[in-house]
Amino acid sequence: MITETTIPSLDIAAIRRQFPVLQREVKGHPLVYLDNAATSQKPKVVIDALVDYYSGYNANIHRGIHTLAEEATAAFEATRDTVARFINAASREQIIFTRGTTESINLVAQTWGRQQVNKGDEIIISGMEHHSNIVPWQLLCLEKEAVLKVIPVLDNGELDMDAYKALLSPRTKIVSIVHVSNALGTVNPVKEIIDAAHRQGAVVMIDGAQSSVHLDIDVQVLDCDFFAMSAHKVYGPTGIGVLYGKKELLDAMPVFQGGGEMIKEVSFEGTTFNELPYKYEAGTPNIADTVAFKAALDFVTETGKDRMRQHEDQLLAYATDKLQQLPGLRIIGQAAEKISLVSFIIDGIHPQDIGILLDTQGIAVRTGHHCAQPLMHRFGIPGTVRASFAVYNTMEELDRLIAGLQRAIKLLA
Amino acid sequence: MEETKPIAEIEKEIVEEFALFDSWDDKYEYIIDLGKKLAPLAQEHKLDENKIKGCQSTVWMVANYRDGRVFFEADSDAIIVKGLVSMLIRVLSGQTPDAIIETPLAFIQQIGMTSHLAQTRSNGLLSMVKQMKNYALAYKLKNEVNG
Ligand SMILES: Cc1ncc(COP(=O)(O)O)c(C=O)c1O
Repeated sequence: MITETTIPSLDIAAIRRQFPVLQREVKGHPLVYLDNAATSQKPKVVIDALVDYYSGYNANIHRGIHTLAEEATAAFEATRDTVARFINAASREQIIFTRGTTESINLVAQTWGRQQVNKGDEIIISGMEHHSNIVPWQLLCLEKEAVLKVIPVLDNGELDMDAYKALLSPRTKIVSIVHVSNALGTVNPVKEIIDAAHRQGAVVMIDGAQSSVHLDIDVQVLDCDFFAMSAHKVYGPTGIGVLYGKKELLDAMPVFQGGGEMIKEVSFEGTTFNELPYKYEAGTPNIADTVAFKAALDFVTETGKDRMRQHEDQLLAYATDKLQQLPGLRIIGQAAEKISLVSFIIDGIHPQDIGILLDTQGIAVRTGHHCAQPLMHRFGIPGTVRASFAVYNTMEELDRLIAGLQRAIKLLA
Repeated sequence: MEETKPIAEIEKEIVEEFALFDSWDDKYEYIIDLGKKLAPLAQEHKLDENKIKGCQSTVWMVANYRDGRVFFEADSDAIIVKGLVSMLIRVLSGQTPDAIIETPLAFIQQIGMTSHLAQTRSNGLLSMVKQMKNYALAYKLKNEVNG
């Protein structure tokens, strides 16, 4: 009797052929791209969508009555529908286009935050946040004389949930937490975090920059109040991202930037604002990248997130196993639940030296603090080497990483 | 005191040494070796004020001025950066302020290390070169003021 459900595996070679950049060489070697947590490479469908837009129907949207404007508007708005489905938002108006995760968080801090946070109120973030989810709240705290509280990170790279619950108080206004850590790979128990915050009457913002490409996102099940993501980490273009918000919050928040698109009527006596989502989208948006963003999400959906995850989990398990066998190597972030990313240090060797030597062999990894300096401080290290995987990576590439590291260790030790 | 060779002559020597290497690995192996050989900076100099701070590795640098010449000592927590700084010291330490200020340091390009001058690695060569030229300029100005 067979009871396991097996997911059919992917044809990785066929997937690789869809990514033009993977065909190139770096320093005389076939490129091994393991910096996917910084930004993923783009499939041909995404690149084609950009070219098609500019060569076929470039026009400013929403205002024109001519054919090109109608086509551009339809393509732009189709992305909104696709994003809404991708994260299961209840309605398309709850999808606000921004430049990316960073701008989405700043938008919330400067609109909702300025309206709702007062002197002595508390904002909770965690010790594993990206600078993008630290600095906007610090600025708000400075302006409002509010207090920033930080959930500690345990040695294995998980959040100290008991400490979190102890930090929550009637003064907590917002909890803003990374869904998946870009530096450790940890998948945080966001559902539990959200429910606990709601019991205290606080709202919750989720930084989905890393999670949106790997995990199934259902903002209604999560019940988060805000969710932020960037297209460029989901095989899409740079310069476009999303803020999702609960409708009643988005309706009540003050506007972010003023300009065209976001208004209903303007006179010198006063202006009435447009409705959702346009209220938060001042000026001509990034139309081309928004249009191509749809192609990226379609690529992920058609490839199948579950199948991608299965492959990426295999890469993670293989990499973790092989890396641990290297002398002096220590993996930073050993959470029970991780996405496919390994951050590590090697005794007595600076991460930067490893990065430079891997580059000479055509292997792209990230070294440094990963925009999470407080976290590096927590672990008492200047930074790590991070290898982060995407659907197009292969076991052979991981073997090249291991061989490259062995060489580097030999040269540097 | 030993005569210092002119900058151009030392640069030429380095370029010739690098001409022997035909792979990146060999070049870096050599640079790593230079890094390992560079005498560590005394702990008393490893102060925040001597740091050339970039985003990844730390470089400490001190300068002295004797008999119209500038002498540099440096260290880094990353070995390749230390190797690069060791080459800069070989070329620039013991030179006159004017010579340091004026040299375009053409050897960096000639040995194929220009990528280390890129913005992302500004903590690598670029800020070190700037800092060394700043020291030279400061000594030159001080000299002129003191007559
Ligand atoms: C966890 C996390 N949050 C926020 C960001 C910022 O995203 P963006 O630079 O696309 O705005 C990143 C990107 O590195 C990230 O990994």
